Amino acid sequence: MTARIGVVTFPGSLDDRDTQRAIRLAGAEPVALWHKDKDLKQVDAVVLPGGFSYGDYLRAGAISRFSPVMGTVIEQAKSGMPVLGICNGFQVLTEAHLLPGAMLGNNHLHFICRDQKLRVENTDTAWTADYTAGQEIHVPLKNMDGRYVADEHTLDMLEAEGRVVFRYLDFNPNGSLRDIAGITNEAGNVVGLMPHPEHAVEPLVGTGRTDGLPFFTSILKKLVNA
Amino acid sequence: MSRTPLDTVEHAAATPDVELPWAELGLKKDEYERVVEILGRRPTGAELAMYSVMWSEHCSYKSSKVHLRQFGEKAPQSDALLVGIGENAGVVDVGQGYAVTFKVESHNHPSYVEPYQGAATGVGGIVRDIIAMGARPVAVVDPLRFGAADHPDTKRVLPGVVAGIGGYGNCLGLPNIGGEVVFDACYQGNPLVNAGAIGVMRHEDIHLAKASGTGNKVILYGARTGGDGIGGASILASETFDDAKPSKRPAVQVGDPFQEKLLIECTLEAFAEKLVVGIQDLGAAGLSCATSELASNGSGGMRVTLDDVPLRDSTLSPEEILMSESQERMCAVVEPEKVDRFLEICDKWDVIATVIGEVTDGDRLEIFWHGGKIVDVDPRTVAHDGPVYERPYARPEWQDALQADDAGKLPRPATGDELKDQVLRLVSSPNQASKSWITSQYDHFVQGNTVLAQPEDSGMIRIDEESGLGVAIATDGNGRYAKLDPYTGAQLALAEAYRNVATTGAKPLAVSDCLNFGSPEDPAVMWQFAEAIRGLADACQQLGTPVTGGNVSLYNQTGEAAIHPTPVVAVLGVIDDVARRTPVAFQEEGQLLYLLGDTLEEFGGSAWSQVVHDHLGGLPPKVDLERERLLAEILISASRDGMIDSAHDLSDGGLVQAVVESALLGGKGARLVVPDGLDAFTFLFSESAGRAVVAVPRSEELRFNDMCGARGLPVTRIGVVDGDAVDVQGEFALSLDELRTAHEGTIPALLA
Amino acid sequence: MARVVVDVMLKPEILDPQGQAVQRALPRLGFEGVSDVRQGKRFELEVDGPVDDAALARIHELAESFLANTVIEDFTVKVEEVAEAGK
Repeated sequence: MTARIGVVTFPGSLDDRDTQRAIRLAGAEPVALWHKDKDLKQVDAVVLPGGFSYGDYLRAGAISRFSPVMGTVIEQAKSGMPVLGICNGFQVLTEAHLLPGAMLGNNHLHFICRDQKLRVENTDTAWTADYTAGQEIHVPLKNMDGRYVADEHTLDMLEAEGRVVFRYLDFNPNGSLRDIAGITNEAGNVVGLMPHPEHAVEPLVGTGRTDGLPFFTSILKKLVNA
Repeated sequence: MSRTPLDTVEHAAATPDVELPWAELGLKKDEYERVVEILGRRPTGAELAMYSVMWSEHCSYKSSKVHLRQFGEKAPQSDALLVGIGENAGVVDVGQGYAVTFKVESHNHPSYVEPYQGAATGVGGIVRDIIAMGARPVAVVDPLRFGAADHPDTKRVLPGVVAGIGGYGNCLGLPNIGGEVVFDACYQGNPLVNAGAIGVMRHEDIHLAKASGTGNKVILYGARTGGDGIGGASILASETFDDAKPSKRPAVQVGDPFQEKLLIECTLEAFAEKLVVGIQDLGAAGLSCATSELASNGSGGMRVTLDDVPLRDSTLSPEEILMSESQERMCAVVEPEKVDRFLEICDKWDVIATVIGEVTDGDRLEIFWHGGKIVDVDPRTVAHDGPVYERPYARPEWQDALQADDAGKLPRPATGDELKDQVLRLVSSPNQASKSWITSQYDHFVQGNTVLAQPEDSGMIRIDEESGLGVAIATDGNGRYAKLDPYTGAQLALAEAYRNVATTGAKPLAVSDCLNFGSPEDPAVMWQFAEAIRGLADACQQLGTPVTGGNVSLYNQTGEAAIHPTPVVAVLGVIDDVARRTPVAFQEEGQLLYLLGDTLEEFGGSAWSQVVHDHLGGLPPKVDLERERLLAEILISASRDGMIDSAHDLSDGGLVQAVVESALLGGKGARLVVPDGLDAFTFLFSESAGRAVVAVPRSEELRFNDMCGARGLPVTRIGVVDGDAVDVQGEFALSLDELRTAHEGTIPALLA
Repeated sequence: MARVVVDVMLKPEILDPQGQAVQRALPRLGFEGVSDVRQGKRFELEVDGPVDDAALARIHELAESFLANTVIEDFTVKVEEVAEAGK
């Protein structure tokens, strides 16, 4: 038995096929979901992929957040379904208020694409169990609007509750407060991050590393053992 | 609105004496007279609009055509070529049922006027060319040339261009895997923004731009048509036909990458369901080009109702609609029973699609507006029978003096310290410095198939996950070499791109080019152009790599001063299994460094002569195409059989530049020994062609040497991968830290 | 017909690098004496019919839930009478 993991395609999604590939390489079954459908095709978990949905017009993720599929995703996420938002998906999750804070333009005003070093701060989420606490990994980062912001109170709360899942190491690529690269909700089922784990799953392509694969094996194990 | 009567065909026939602003639209008197002769009457305003844009230099290649023919006449026999010159882009067979289409185009002038949008729409245009062949775009490359790196205007143009390429390409989900960034004062008022793209399809999915089958519908889909890029047509509209109109429309086209992304997905879905008979993208000359090209390449005629074109600006005149260069539009020919499904797919992707006409059984292109026929032409006369000029050309009188000014006579470094100082100056000079500040603004990873990207010698994309089949692309061009000798310079551009593809382990298959030159009305420029084409065509013939298409950009000059002749050559290659690719970076300490090829005292046009002496003179390095072919064979075999772990081609900057790059990328130094028979300076800085440096694991040393020896390729052991410095024994050592600071600091300091 | 204008600005405490870039460019262009620039967005909504309290309330809701992200942005709503378009 395996797990069915949905990947939503919004108009302007770019890394949807790559995410499906990563899910497949991890041994799970990727299921394509369409933004206009409310139906999640009985998937066990959902990934909101990277890209520039709706051209990132208005604000990154702001228009997608109101698409029919998101209505169901929000509802199911609140009742515990694992949801991962990568890059644009993270932006959608903050716009949908499934995760606190917001994403703004990089402080240097440029798009940035690099092999980014991260520290895994929380291995209790649905998507990070296969990492070890404090593990340092390299995952490609590529974004225009990657600056994570939240008010001091929220940031303190995230820190106190261990909800900062990933932190940028050595170099903060976008001016994110407290070097935050990814966070989770209180229950640990919803995770969002700016770097792209789906681009670090094969030794031959991308940066040649496979540090992103544990995202997808983590969720597979969790779902299969559930 | 308009007080004047609609200028229909009938009206034109009845009013032969009406003066039309043909000169303002860029037509010469004899060209206008030729239009009148073709039609047997004066053209309508709409017809004049079409002829004037389609007969422009940009669309008709009227100055370059007589020379470009050589690419066909001298085309080598190639089994790989599936679609050659003349279509939106060439198509090459790469095996396993896959076909690859690729092309490079220029967007030079728009990028100078408005760097962000100019560069962005350049990417958009080349990507639509790729989609129009039936392929999914898989990567882009951007060969760029700017004025002096420290000129204030470069700081305006370059960041805008780079942001525009990134803003558009990143948003389309296309990895940017290669290209170049070159600085030279000659490009000050004429930056070269060339854009290349690659697409992949199955053989059976190749589509062509032709309208066939009487009754088939012509569907315009994508963005609405607005007043973009029609400065010329508005003259026609405002001053002759409707005085109340605003007299100037913006010449700058604005791109919407989100719309283009939807266009890609919806077009590919329509292809997959076999709904499309013929297809054409709308680029330069907009609907004028798309309708006349589709109609003239098909079997019948075409009737179009212009009133049905969805508009962004309802005040547009029919002439303006025909000439509008609004971006993100395509035109498809679809059988009537498949129209509903086609429109359904467009709707799924929120793309506006409208039937604007149909294929007729005649041979005329007829266009209607408000019920009147405003165009009635033989489409071939618009699209293909434009003027052809035999422009006079003559070797410029200064050429001899330039070539006589031998770079070999320049003072050379005499001591190890001087060598060290000049190496540092070289690797930190804007042209030789790391461009990562620029390339990090491009997405390299999207689509998950990027095997190699800049600063590797060629970009490489996996196209089949199971078999590992991949393609590689490199673009090169050295305007300094071409200025010294355009014939040789063009061949060196090809040789370098060919070598770069082979260095990564791929077999070179085919060529696309972007020929950037000054004014064709200057006989000296025309001579450079003619020589460059002759050189490129001869070299393509000898290397067996046909030119599949490309682009000519003329009038790149400010006043009397033309840019250096800059033929940019893209070579596409194939690799059976991307697992065998060879990277630039040193992999392991202890591996042996070999120099392949012959090193001569060749400094004309070299980076050293520019950086140290600000000199351009003498002759460029000699070209030996048979040697290039042999070197490529060795590099490909060595890669396939696992004999080398890294390789780097030698070109501008010479051996020392290549070794420094491999060392910095790998984080491992090198100890070098100057080989017998060479002085340290020539060893480090010569730019002799046909060379590469490879790192060979000790276990492979014998086998590798035997292979080179058996095939007759000169091979010289020059050192070993070792330590954390580049150490030229007996001369100098530079630590990697020092080199990294020099190499990586320059561009951010100038531009960030 | 009336026009309702929604102005959206980053909250004062949120870093605005675009505004800063503009501000830094001003002295180069010979504009002195501008100590801060912040960049915002302006939405012009052409509304059919009268803009009564109910319509304004709906626009306010729209601005709050969609046009602005109140985690980082503030907004204002104002009505602008448009002269009957005679162009």
